Amino acid sequence: MDSFGSDFSSGAAGSGKMDPGTIMEQVKVQIAVANAQELLQRMTDKCFKKCVGKPGGSLDNSEQKCIAMCMDRYMDAWNTVSRAYNSRLQRERARI
Amino acid sequence: MDTQGVTADPQLQQFIEVESQKQRFQQLVHQMTDVCWEKCMDKPGPKLDSRTETCFVNCVERFIDTSQFILNRLEQTQRGRGSLSESMSD
Repeated sequence: MDSFGSDFSSGAAGSGKMDPGTIMEQVKVQIAVANAQELLQRMTDKCFKKCVGKPGGSLDNSEQKCIAMCMDRYMDAWNTVSRAYNSRLQRERARI
Repeated sequence: MDTQGVTADPQLQQFIEVESQKQRFQQLVHQMTDVCWEKCMDKPGPKLDSRTETCFVNCVERFIDTSQFILNRLEQTQRGRGSLSESMSD
């Protein structure tokens, strides 16, 4: 990986931070963070809708239990959708 | 300094293409999970029962079918069948 960095960083102030390998790793991390945030945002939205009725002074026990279950079900749903979509893509590619 | 080095780097180019494609996949999964949750999920239980799971799978398939249908029909419409509203009266 270092050999790829040499062209790129020769013009930079020799800081080494500009090498493509580092950039790629940083980008991957940022993408992973963005995906996690998106997942959490949608999960929060769905589970709030399903589990919290008229908002009281705090989340009662039943609401908390519901939210916990909802989180797990949302992950199950996400994984099911991911698998189904992947299968469909592979089927489509096989047709071509 | 070779300023063209950034975009001309084939390794970086390929990386961008691969990651972009992965992201398109992820985004669609987020979107379909969202839409299909509304259609398939009643009250969240202790596990995903098989009927609900089947609903999600069907939902994904029908969503993609819908997307393809729309693209095909749009293409047909533009191939000289006049305006969109004309072809809708079929």
